[in-house]
Amino acid sequence: MHKFLIRSFVSSLVLLFTLTVAAVAKDVKAAFVYIGPTGDHGWTYQHDVGRKAVEAAGFKTTYVEGVPESADAERVLRQLANSGHDIIFTTSFGYMNPTNKVAKEFPNVKFEHATGYKREHPNVATYAARFYEGRTILGTIAGTMTKSNVIGYVASFPIPEVIRGINSFTLAAQKVNPNIKTKIVWAFTWYDPGKEAEAAKALIDQGADVIAQHTDSTAIVQMAEKAGVYAFGQASDMDKFAPKAVLTSVENNWGPYYVDRVKAVANGTWNQKDTWHGIGDGMVVISGLDSQMPSDLQAKVKKLQADLASGKVHSFTGPIYDQKGNLMVAEGKTADDGMLAGMMTYVKGVEGDIPK
Amino acid sequence: MIVDINFVGLIIASIMASAVPLILASCGELITERSGVLNLGVEGMMIIGAISGFALMTVTGSLIIAVFGAMLAGVLISTIFAFLTQTLITNHVATGLALTIFGIGISAMIGKNFVGIPGKEFPVLFESLKDTIPLLSPILFGHSIVFYFAFALPFITSYFLKQTKIGLIVRAVGDSPESASNQGINVRLVRYACILYGGAMCGLAGAYLSMIYTPQWIENMTGGRGWIALALVVFSTWNPIKILIGAMIFGGLTIIQFHMQAIGVRIPVQFLTALPYIVTIIVLVVISRDSRKIRLSTPSSLGKSFHKDN
Repeated sequence: MHKFLIRSFVSSLVLLFTLTVAAVAKDVKAAFVYIGPTGDHGWTYQHDVGRKAVEAAGFKTTYVEGVPESADAERVLRQLANSGHDIIFTTSFGYMNPTNKVAKEFPNVKFEHATGYKREHPNVATYAARFYEGRTILGTIAGTMTKSNVIGYVASFPIPEVIRGINSFTLAAQKVNPNIKTKIVWAFTWYDPGKEAEAAKALIDQGADVIAQHTDSTAIVQMAEKAGVYAFGQASDMDKFAPKAVLTSVENNWGPYYVDRVKAVANGTWNQKDTWHGIGDGMVVISGLDSQMPSDLQAKVKKLQADLASGKVHSFTGPIYDQKGNLMVAEGKTADDGMLAGMMTYVKGVEGDIPK
Repeated sequence: MIVDINFVGLIIASIMASAVPLILASCGELITERSGVLNLGVEGMMIIGAISGFALMTVTGSLIIAVFGAMLAGVLISTIFAFLTQTLITNHVATGLALTIFGIGISAMIGKNFVGIPGKEFPVLFESLKDTIPLLSPILFGHSIVFYFAFALPFITSYFLKQTKIGLIVRAVGDSPESASNQGINVRLVRYACILYGGAMCGLAGAYLSMIYTPQWIENMTGGRGWIALALVVFSTWNPIKILIGAMIFGGLTIIQFHMQAIGVRIPVQFLTALPYIVTIIVLVVISRDSRKIRLSTPSSLGKSFHKDN
């Protein structure tokens, strides 16, 4: 009798436990903090596409958009942590310190910071995408498609992420066409369609016939379409905005990572780590290639994409020299992640100085 | 670098294109201010015009409906301002600021369904003449109708204020609403009309951005141009022709600094980026040194509520 009681007690406990776990798994709430509006059709928009994937996977999500990278961010984070969210994604570089600060006060909430490097507490993880791999592909296309040998590049702010992109792009373009010049214009904004269009127009007026961008709006590809030059989409597939101009786009695909991490919280397997995924892991996606590209170039790009994914090709393979001719990466070597994360010098062939 | 004469033409044409929304909004606000009303809601009215124009273009497919719809949307939102400040006699500054915040918020709400939709191509005029005259061709030909209208508007506005009877009435209402009222002029009606006209021009300026300049809808796409337009009215000392010059200087400095970067001029980029704002401040300082001129050109009752028991 006793045995039976104990057994039924234990089995009901197990049942209860399983039910609770199942309930908890369903109850995990994720929050997202955005720098811009979800309607930017760029950086924030793509993060929100990722959030919707989490929602589709059966979890509850909240988001706060247009959060400045200041003390406001701390207040928003604290409020989200206080209101029952189990995991909070902070999706801009400037949230690095607020994220770590608030994480200390809420050890039971998981924090995930995009594009940063500080993980001061065990409940802070960081993640970013190797966008520079996408830019290797864009550089290869630009170097092949240009006729004027002048390639325009609209840049946002002089931070390693952007410099790395310029370098990766230029190295790839030079490899297929040693005569190209990359002209860079700093717009000092991530997101101002008018200004971005004006920057692109200036480059086109100065002879650039391919325009690359590291700002977020679709204004640049539209300007390229109007002027009859080529361009590349940024963050999302921008082909429908400029069907003739856009040769391909580099898309940010956060969904799978977000779903993984929220599931990990649900299963109790979440751990602190630094994730830096590229084409191979599907975080960086190359959109369809435009039919204006000759078939041998398309084949070349597809092969390059596969090689970057498998790791056979690395965007930064030596010998690489800086502007002054100093060796940065020796022949046969590749740049390590530390060097990439802190890259603040132009490679040889990029014109001008990095604004200080 | 050899300076190609057509290249100079292209730069001037880009500067003019970037000045269009500033000219439209400033000329509209100028009329409002000349009637003695200070409407700080320019940014809000522009963004409402931008979303209305884009939404109507997407839904109806008609550019004409979209352009006039954007102007009408500007009129409607400025009606709220007019009702509050003229009928309920609220404070101009506070009401105007509220209008801007309201406009930005509601445009984002309406705009949710219009993100990521490409705009339609807006027809340009005299495209075939584009390569006929060196230097002048890119400046004169191949622009939208709104572009030509914007460059005619300061002259029309100037003529209207100086040479027409209605223009005189507007100025009288702005300088001395009491005297105008004693002359039998319905001050409130004139101010209503001037506010609504200002709304229409701001709506058109917004539609230019979302339908012609960068044909797409994204939140906050006016990017502070409404505030610059407001500053330009002061900058011009309420003279429409000077608005034209101010808008060209402001738009021009932004574009020229991009060209200097692309050419590789070794000036710190941060300085170049700040240049349009620095120059605006310098000009404002220079203008305000002449206090007599400011006093003479500022509408005397600007921003003051007019209360008449009738």
